[in-house]
Amino acid sequence: MPEPYRKTLVRQVSQHAHSEIIGMQPEGNWISRAPSLKRKAILMAKVQDEAGHGLYLYSAAETLGTPRDEMFDQLYTGRAKYSSIFNYPARTWADVGAIGWLVDGAAITNQVPLCRASYGPYGRAMVRVCKEESFHQRQGWEILYTLSHGTEEQHQMAQDAVDRFYGPALQMFGPPDSDSPNSGQSMAWNIKRFSNDELRQRFVDMIVPQAEALGLTLPDPDLQWNEERGHYDFGELDWDEFFSVLKGNGPLSRQRLEHYRRARDEGAWVREAAAAYAGRQHQEQAALAGA
Amino acid sequence: MSFASHDSATRQSQGEAITPEEIASSDAVADEATARYAMILGDDALMLSQRLSSWISRAPELEEDVALANIALDLLGHARFLLTYAGTAWGKTEDDLAYFRDEEEFRSCRLVEQENGDFGRTIARQLIFSTYQHQLYSRLVHSTDPTLAAIADKALKEVQYHQDHAAQWTLRLGLGTEESSRRIQDGLDSLWSYVEELFLDVDPIPALGDVAVLPSSLREDTLHRLREAIEAAGLTVPEMSGAYGSDRTGRFSEQRGYILAEMQVLARQHPGATW
Repeated sequence: MPEPYRKTLVRQVSQHAHSEIIGMQPEGNWISRAPSLKRKAILMAKVQDEAGHGLYLYSAAETLGTPRDEMFDQLYTGRAKYSSIFNYPARTWADVGAIGWLVDGAAITNQVPLCRASYGPYGRAMVRVCKEESFHQRQGWEILYTLSHGTEEQHQMAQDAVDRFYGPALQMFGPPDSDSPNSGQSMAWNIKRFSNDELRQRFVDMIVPQAEALGLTLPDPDLQWNEERGHYDFGELDWDEFFSVLKGNGPLSRQRLEHYRRARDEGAWVREAAAAYAGRQHQEQAALAGA
Repeated sequence: MSFASHDSATRQSQGEAITPEEIASSDAVADEATARYAMILGDDALMLSQRLSSWISRAPELEEDVALANIALDLLGHARFLLTYAGTAWGKTEDDLAYFRDEEEFRSCRLVEQENGDFGRTIARQLIFSTYQHQLYSRLVHSTDPTLAAIADKALKEVQYHQDHAAQWTLRLGLGTEESSRRIQDGLDSLWSYVEELFLDVDPIPALGDVAVLPSSLREDTLHRLREAIEAAGLTVPEMSGAYGSDRTGRFSEQRGYILAEMQVLARQHPGATW
């Protein structure tokens, strides 16, 4: 396997894994306050799925020779990137819906083509991830639908969440093609199959009718159907915001990383104990076998 | 056609198990005393689920994020069955009972309300409570109340895993390093005075006969199994008497108010709303 291909894949797969792990935080922060027991159960299962996605993806990256602890360390020290969207706060219950509908929706648009990526273990992990993600997107849509058709306050909560997440969700596809240096190579290697702008357009075309069905407005005055192109036109995104968040200045960039570090630090003694115990078990078994 | 034959890791299957919605729409209506009993069991499960779920994204290892989430999810499922069934006595839903009761109306024991502390303390609490619950549900499957028996049947399979998870971690921590052994021992010591409350025959249980399981009847086997698990891990069974106030009323607990304040806040901001 050519070294640059391996390196690019490890970077992409581990970034995706890190995004799943950091992505547990914004929604996880609503588990304790979910407004019904059924919603609480669904949300808990969803955040648990994200931990599971992290596990498959780290495993896929390990098949390329990078140990999991090394990837954890890259995230811990802030050298690794993860999706910037998770540096935004989940302030209200409706944000849980908006994350499911828009953030998971954008993720699926990105990920479905990756099920056919040239590296098998990654593609196969993505098949399972996408199945669960499409369930997540539907649950987000359903949260927003219920809120949008609930009380006036609930409707407002849903609209406010969509207003805040729409732009950052569209930016999840990355910078415009004209400003995306690595894309061409990844497409040549069939790791990435469509360009950032192609995927973003596909996503916008998908969510416009969905927003209408929700009874919510997408916060873009330039959004309109273009008969000639057969696609929706949409306004320029705030790329200054994007690059600023990407550089680590997101509203919660520091908190997300601190949360992760605290969990790793506080769990260190547990991992040491588990390793010591496993080592001793192994020795005892070896001694028994030798006796 | 059996759902079970189509089970796979990627496919959701309902299996043969009952669901809270089925209980709500069935003809089963709990009488007052049975409902109060179901509420005791349901409140324990709900409080522990609430506590455990805050480990998600904070666990020592990714596999434990998954495991603790899974246990919390199982317990939440048990709580939903039990509170749904309890609610049938008063025309209330699971959410009425979970979100719109005040502190003094809950009947959870203090053990499940205790703060998570470190992983050692959480595992100590899991070991105690899952061992108790395993004993409880393995008897409640014989309840003369068919709904409680069906709930126990489903819960028992899950609680077996919880007990195994806790016992395995007790071994790892007890026999791992000096620090881990000290931490889980501290956890056991800090919680042990709440163990006796599990075995108190509070109202209305003694009057329920074969519908319920008398908590005092679980004491000997539960303590025996706990002793085995604790000693196998090179740890010491704490010797201390039960903390005063073992009546599940909440009058002797500071934790319950904090748990409810967080759990109920959004639902209470929007009374009458659907979610």
